[in-house]
Amino acid sequence: MATAGLHDSELGELQRRLIILRVGLLLVVALLGLRLWHLQIREGPYYRDLSANNRTRSVIMEPARGLIYDRNGVLLANNVPSFTLYVSLEDVKDRDLLIDQLSNLLGLDAALVRNKLTARGSKQLPRKVKDRLTLREATLVESHRLDLPGVMVQVESQRNYPGGVMASHLLGYVGEVSPEQLEKPEFADLHQGSIVGQYGVEKFFDQLVRGQAGQKSIEVDAVGHEKRTVVVEQAHAGDNLYLTIDARLQKVAEKLLGEESGAIVALDPRTGDVLAMASRPGFDPNILSRELTPKQWAEIVQDEGRPLNNRASQGQYPPGSVFKVMMAAAALETKTVTPSTSIYCNGGYQFGRRVYHDWKAGGHGPVDLRHALVQSCDVYFYTVGQRMGIETIASFAHQFGLGEATGIELPSERVGIVPSEAWKKKAKNEAWLPGETISASIGQGYVNVTPLQMASLIGTVANDGVTFRPRLVQAVMDRATGELQQRPAVPKRTLNLRPGILPLIKEALAGVVKEGTGTRAQSALVTIAGKTGTAQTMALRAGPEKDIPKKFRDHAWFVAFAPVEAPTIAVAVLGEHMGHGGSASAPLAKELIETYVKLDLPVPSGVTDGAGAREGDAGGRERDDRPGD
Amino acid sequence: MPEEGNEMIDRVINSRGFDNFDFRFIGLIVVILGVGVLSIYSVTHDQGVAFPFYAKQIVWIALGTVAFLVMWLSDYHRIARLAYPAYVIILILLVVVLFEGKSSRGAQRWIPMGPFAFQPSEFAKLILILTLAHYYSEAPRVGWLQRVVLPGLLVLPGLLLILKQPDLGSGLSFLAVYAAMLLMVGMRSKALGVILLFSLMLFPFAWEMMWGSLHDYQRQRIMTFVDPVYDPGGKGYHALQSRIAIGAGELTGKGLYGGTQSQLKFLPEGHTDFVFSVFAEEWGFLGVLALLLLFVGLIWLSLEIVARAKDQLGALLAVGILCMLCFCVVINIGMTVGMFPIVGIPLPLMSYGGSATIMTMASLGLLLNVKRRRLSFF
Repeated sequence: MATAGLHDSELGELQRRLIILRVGLLLVVALLGLRLWHLQIREGPYYRDLSANNRTRSVIMEPARGLIYDRNGVLLANNVPSFTLYVSLEDVKDRDLLIDQLSNLLGLDAALVRNKLTARGSKQLPRKVKDRLTLREATLVESHRLDLPGVMVQVESQRNYPGGVMASHLLGYVGEVSPEQLEKPEFADLHQGSIVGQYGVEKFFDQLVRGQAGQKSIEVDAVGHEKRTVVVEQAHAGDNLYLTIDARLQKVAEKLLGEESGAIVALDPRTGDVLAMASRPGFDPNILSRELTPKQWAEIVQDEGRPLNNRASQGQYPPGSVFKVMMAAAALETKTVTPSTSIYCNGGYQFGRRVYHDWKAGGHGPVDLRHALVQSCDVYFYTVGQRMGIETIASFAHQFGLGEATGIELPSERVGIVPSEAWKKKAKNEAWLPGETISASIGQGYVNVTPLQMASLIGTVANDGVTFRPRLVQAVMDRATGELQQRPAVPKRTLNLRPGILPLIKEALAGVVKEGTGTRAQSALVTIAGKTGTAQTMALRAGPEKDIPKKFRDHAWFVAFAPVEAPTIAVAVLGEHMGHGGSASAPLAKELIETYVKLDLPVPSGVTDGAGAREGDAGGRERDDRPGD
Repeated sequence: MPEEGNEMIDRVINSRGFDNFDFRFIGLIVVILGVGVLSIYSVTHDQGVAFPFYAKQIVWIALGTVAFLVMWLSDYHRIARLAYPAYVIILILLVVVLFEGKSSRGAQRWIPMGPFAFQPSEFAKLILILTLAHYYSEAPRVGWLQRVVLPGLLVLPGLLLILKQPDLGSGLSFLAVYAAMLLMVGMRSKALGVILLFSLMLFPFAWEMMWGSLHDYQRQRIMTFVDPVYDPGGKGYHALQSRIAIGAGELTGKGLYGGTQSQLKFLPEGHTDFVFSVFAEEWGFLGVLALLLLFVGLIWLSLEIVARAKDQLGALLAVGILCMLCFCVVINIGMTVGMFPIVGIPLPLMSYGGSATIMTMASLGLLLNVKRRRLSFF
């Protein structure tokens, strides 16, 4: 048995004191019971409603867009983390109050916030109110979280273009998907607020670059605050694009244009790779990818320099004398002339009662085909064109890719105009006038081309008649698998010309630079062949060039390829209202080509094989189904 | 309590030292443990891990059963003789945990042991009860110094070490045990003891009034001062979610797995400190009343044990354990219903937790031991 201590008398006392515990216990339990009755019975319905307001909510996780690199892996477009302000409408109790609070807190335009919150769309999906919050703004919102029910700040990736204005027309910009876009099937998996490419490569390759949105389930409490997040499906980043352009060459091309309006396109004729594509004036895609106010938009759209216009693929200009390259090939192929046929140029071409002037007052005297190209004799081509007729000219122009899309992977490419009787009937409902054939013969009149078409045309000549579709993206990397998929060069067409015609023309074009109108393109580094063009914008010209207001001056063209012996680059330069091609544009082409030569890019894969096949191909076609024979 | 039931069974059991009382006592424990596991299962059954909380809790209960049996079937006098060395060891462990312990949610309370973690502050409570009971019963303690100050000095190091972790809940339990012991051994001024214990028990209600009169930021400052572990989002989020869960249960509850608060994880710590809220949401007011009756029954039986204790050591051990149990139940439920700030005291026998479950079951074993005829198996 247990030891009974001296103090056992105290045991009885202790046991008597138990009554305190009994009473205390019953008291406390009664209080707890009362409290539970109050919570569960009296206020039960209230708490039941509150618990019904606690719920899970699906939120889309925006994917990171794919990165865009140049051909050497220089980053052209990436993503930077940024804060985005969302409002979940379901949790907003007093919308006006919230609009007030947000506009005060962040200095936002109240009307703009209201628009965002009242725009059509699912009530379940949080509305994006502002992106690119500064750290200060984000902190401000977070610190007022409890007073701003339904307001969420999410970290998202924002498109960023490290090069700023560089290659802006090519890269394009991104923006929220528009309500009209959302109706289309290709945007079916998107939602209001999704970011899509709105221009350039960003738009054309949007489905690759866009990535796949993920989904997370957010548990939101009765006051709309995110409490716990369960990722249902991870977002998948978009594919990375490796462009064919060389950032260094692109930069030089843009610098060459400087403040002037115009375009420079450089292609690799062997593959169609776009090495550079500049259009000035440009824009900063970083600004355009932000949300702009209607006023900011109006400023950009109404800018007289039309910075949003990609002059390389969307600008349409009369080709001027550059057209003669095609004309020469057509004349030889149709046997309208032989290389040695001589035409006398006295400075004008009489047709009916009108005299069509040569650019050189007094004329060139007797000219053969080579001379006509080298000196860009207009009368020679008036004569030739008149002999061939507009339908033959049009059919050859089409063969050279004019009047049709080059197929470059950019949105809204323009195709220019190759006039013909049918075209005029359709477009103007008028009959073709014989004199119009004469204008067309030197690339004036209705003829319209884009700089890209001109680059492709001269590239075709350089590449012995094989046209490649301009390629902008050489490889796509799947971000999920890390697999790099090369996109092959796509041959588009082979000119149907007798052998010997193109070598002759190429030699003449080398002569243009050596001794003709394009001497300012002469380079000590590399042999260059080219053709000048001066496209008239006004029918009448009076007085010396410098007295004419800038906007009425001629467009200056220069197309070129180099090295003459084995061309690796084809260039088209267009300077809007810059005057003569020989003086204004030829030096730009030369500098670009020299830059390119100094870069010493590796030979594109598959080029040598392709060249062999092409030669065989061209030979095989000899004398076959040729049109107009 | 009158001994009832089948006489034949009684005879068999009595011959081995068990009686009907023991079965009622153990029966209540088993039912409460079962309700606890069910509630933990309800919140964590879809956890998707190989060894979910409810399964672990069953393991703890198995270990707790061993502890219960050992404490029940030993001689509590022999156990009490180990009190001082045990107290020293636990103090050392409390120091160790401060330096080597595992942090979780801002507090450093656990000593990692393989895949599990051991929480010395839980065991410290039982060891403190043993120590104080042993202290008062080994010799007559007379005068303020011996009755109040010296035991107070015994309590102090443990209390400070626990508060340092910080573990406000265990610290308060420590104080409650001390106050209950003081009250029961009696003081010259009994009033002081009564006031001390009652103020501790009524603290929740007083707190509610005092707390309600403070500004949000003042509350937050106080709370982050005394217990930064809870309410990281501040402003009573957990307390609110717990009240919503309990209130939404209404009269009959939402049924097993029906508690959206707990199933959707709005309610934090649904398997540990807020297991009562889970139960209340799923079983409603009726279920809660039944659960309260189970606890009251267990405590009432414990009071009987104290009343029938053969010596002062047994009475003090029993009363200490009883008060600790009582305190934890009241404070835990009080905090889930919003009458008390969230201080992190688990609900005995129901909240998930290895150390707490084992300690509680060991304590109840010791409690039942006090009632047992002196017939030692160990």
